[in-house]
Amino acid sequence: MASIWEYANPKKFTRTVDVLLPPVAVLAVLALVTGLVWGFFFTPDDYKQGSTVKIIYLHVPSALLAINAWLMMLVASLIWLIRRHHVSALAARAAAPVGAVMTVIALVTGAIWGQPMWGTWWAWDPRLTSFLILFLFYLGYIALWSAIENDDTAADLTSVLCLVGSVFAILSRYAVNFWNQGLHQGASLSLDKEENVADVFYFPLLVCIGGFVLLFVALVLLRTRTEIRARRTRALLARERMT
Amino acid sequence: MIAILTRDIRLAVRAGGGFGLGLAFFLIVVVLVPFAVGPEVRLLSTIAPGILWIGALLACLLSLDRIFALDREDGSLDLLATSPVPLEGVVAMKALAHWITTGLPLVVAAPVLGVLMSLPVEGFRWLVISLAVGTPALSTIGAFGAALTVGIKRGGLLLSLLVLPLYVPTLIFGAEVARAGATGLDVETPLVLLGAVTCVTVALLPFASAAVLRMNLR
Amino acid sequence: MIPDLGKYAGAVLSSYAVSITLIVLLVAVSLWRSRRAAQALREVEERVKRNG
Repeated sequence: MASIWEYANPKKFTRTVDVLLPPVAVLAVLALVTGLVWGFFFTPDDYKQGSTVKIIYLHVPSALLAINAWLMMLVASLIWLIRRHHVSALAARAAAPVGAVMTVIALVTGAIWGQPMWGTWWAWDPRLTSFLILFLFYLGYIALWSAIENDDTAADLTSVLCLVGSVFAILSRYAVNFWNQGLHQGASLSLDKEENVADVFYFPLLVCIGGFVLLFVALVLLRTRTEIRARRTRALLARERMT
Repeated sequence: MIAILTRDIRLAVRAGGGFGLGLAFFLIVVVLVPFAVGPEVRLLSTIAPGILWIGALLACLLSLDRIFALDREDGSLDLLATSPVPLEGVVAMKALAHWITTGLPLVVAAPVLGVLMSLPVEGFRWLVISLAVGTPALSTIGAFGAALTVGIKRGGLLLSLLVLPLYVPTLIFGAEVARAGATGLDVETPLVLLGAVTCVTVALLPFASAAVLRMNLR
Repeated sequence: MIPDLGKYAGAVLSSYAVSITLIVLLVAVSLWRSRRAAQALREVEERVKRNG
């Protein structure tokens, strides 16, 4: 097995994606369908929350991914800034809309869940508010990508924005914590058994998280390949115009 | 570096936009609020710190795109980038000039507007202090946003979209200081945190802004 | 077949509907863009090859 940096070559990356994408996509669909069907049809209602507990199979995985997608973009941006691998910058670009959609899903399902449980669609709770702010960061990042014509400049600028944005996102998280105490319960998945969700809900939830992660990987691979091809098309067109 | 500072301030004053425009905008925002929420004194005095902070934030935003755009158009930004002065210093000075022409007048004018918003008397001191500590961070963050969007035509709206989320921590702590001050609560914790946010942004963000400018000028 | 969702049926069903719609839309847009990019690249590459 050669070094991971070989995949920084766009051609090699595209070939790898061609091989990897179908199995990953199939696995993602399988895991998602299994997890959601299992969760929706074959788990009991919670004694306190009734059937709304079924929303957990969408809410928790999407929220997890919303944060981890940004983390992945941060790592990809760092790789681009330090080693200047084009695939890395394009992968960050490809992940942003996926992360934004995940944030929306987490917010919407949270609101729908909050309505019967807390009696309100929206509360200015730290977790909810940080997610809203995260969504704004995604919007800014995507807007900046699409506003700049030169590909390399756009990659540079968005990478720096991602770095600075991460610092400010963490700052905001703590600021918001300080500003208001929350309604939201603690982590649903932690090593501490006591505060974990019950086993009946735990296993289908794990399958769903696996499905969401695979879906994310598949989408990022697909979208990165799209970006690589689009960039190559632009380059060829530019060369054609020159001659 | 001093030369850059004085030049920027002089330009802002001559253009007539510097001191006047941001301040007038601040005034108008604050005057419009009672029309929207009603003239009830109790309500106004509760929301006064928040409204004044929001007004200051928007007034700051208004003049951000001019930090680098004009210099970029007439080419003096390229000259600055190739001059012996480090670009980080140039960015810091430009942010400082922005603060002197926009932030400082806001700080000075805030008590007057506090009267309009029927802010309790004890709150004035803390409102001014919170603005004085917080607005440098607003200018520095704004300079970063302006550096990001300097190459984009009509980047004003994008600039707001990029900069406003970055303003969240400053706004939270700043408004908290002003609010706690107005209601006689303990202001020390939020004030220290606000100061910390300002120190970190003023110390570190010029490096990011300068890096971004170099990328844009390449 | 459909489990009894009780009084929260609206909440549960709508959250599933919204999420699944969003995911399907995202996947569809990604696939569509991928296909279009691949086609554009193929066209340009062929033209470049033909023209030497």
